[in-house]
Amino acid sequence: MNTNSNVYTIIYTSVLVIVVAAILAFAATILKPAQEANVKVETMSQILSAAGVSQDNLSNNEIIDLFYKEVSATLVATVDGSSEEVFDKDNKPQIFAVSYLKVQQSLINKGQQNECKLPVYCFANGLKVVPIYGAGLWGPIWGYIAFNQDNATVYGAIFDHKGETPGLGAKIAEKPFYSQFAGKSILDEAGNFVSISVVKGGAKGSRNGVDAVSGGSITSKAVDTSIRTWIGAYRNFFLACTPMLLNNVEE
Amino acid sequence: MSENLKNVLLKPIFKGNPISVLVLGICSSLAVTVQLKGALVMALSVTIVTGLSSFVVSLMRKSIPNRVRIIVQLVVVAMMVILVDQVLKAYAYSVSKSLSVYIGLIITNCIVMGRIEAFALGNKPGLSLLDGLANGLGYGLILVIVAFVRELLGSGSILGFQIIPESFYAAGYMNNGLMILPPFALILLGCFIWIQRSIQKDLQEK
Repeated sequence: MNTNSNVYTIIYTSVLVIVVAAILAFAATILKPAQEANVKVETMSQILSAAGVSQDNLSNNEIIDLFYKEVSATLVATVDGSSEEVFDKDNKPQIFAVSYLKVQQSLINKGQQNECKLPVYCFANGLKVVPIYGAGLWGPIWGYIAFNQDNATVYGAIFDHKGETPGLGAKIAEKPFYSQFAGKSILDEAGNFVSISVVKGGAKGSRNGVDAVSGGSITSKAVDTSIRTWIGAYRNFFLACTPMLLNNVEE
Repeated sequence: MSENLKNVLLKPIFKGNPISVLVLGICSSLAVTVQLKGALVMALSVTIVTGLSSFVVSLMRKSIPNRVRIIVQLVVVAMMVILVDQVLKAYAYSVSKSLSVYIGLIITNCIVMGRIEAFALGNKPGLSLLDGLANGLGYGLILVIVAFVRELLGSGSILGFQIIPESFYAAGYMNNGLMILPPFALILLGCFIWIQRSIQKDLQEK
């Protein structure tokens, strides 16, 4: 057979592409549940880490069990402060994936904050964990910040990223950076909202500042902006559930 | 035949190593060798992809229209890479995350296309499979050596286990930050090529 004729070439490539597409579609369908479960467990694990729950050497199933033991409810808050509880299809507190945060971020970018439904994970011990999301240097960055019962002091935080520069910006996902957030406040002494600043040097002992990652200025700046934007969006929700903040009597 | 088989299997490991002799596939070897675990998974993935792609292309070699040969090969390689990527995402999620884009970039690894063009198109499927696997292993060998040195000196650990004792750090020892950065992989690779060329005199240019 003449393998160089046009008809043969066209038929050959068409059949090849259809066969390959079928194999890939089949594989993707088979593997999808396992992949989605991994992503969900990773989100759970990050939320737990922000709230200081250690999960060393736990299997996926153990992390899931731990999560539902620790997290009593998931709320979605709007920028004007109202909130409602949300459940997944098994009637458990719902988990929002990073892709959901991206959708919310694009609403904020378009100035449609009022349509945002922002997740809040309420822990049985009173901590509240909220996500942040933003654009890093090379791709998205996101994180989870846990607040104490006063809804102003950070209990713990954790950050992650899609592809920041290894050894530089990627250090936001490492302990020396995120452990700085514990004990910081989003309010100044007078009780006004100031967010938490990621600054170059001199943050030691500061009430509202943490040190940036050296060599990772753009990523650090992105963390700063993301916290400012997202915590700003949660501000009315926090005020609504802590009336004393309104009177500036926060200690 | 057995001499030929031995050649196919052993040459890519040292004498004709795809990285240190042919200097192919350098980019990924710089990027994934910070941790040994990532390097091992990458080595395994590349080995599977080169082996299976060579095998499949060799099966098809008599029927492939010559004019679209490269495209057909690419389609086969791309399929293998996506399959490996999807399987890792499902069953080795944390590793797949740390390797990020580099799994997908196996598609552009010159070793894969190089072996298909140079070997699989002219040889039987069984032999092509072995050639692909052997080249993947040759690539993996260098990756593992480089990653071993970088993780040991850069993070003080091997496969995530702390090797350098705390007392060393207390005595003033510090991890070498340069090891974690890509340039050092290139320096290590250079040293490796240097050693190999001084052993294998026939590689030296006059």
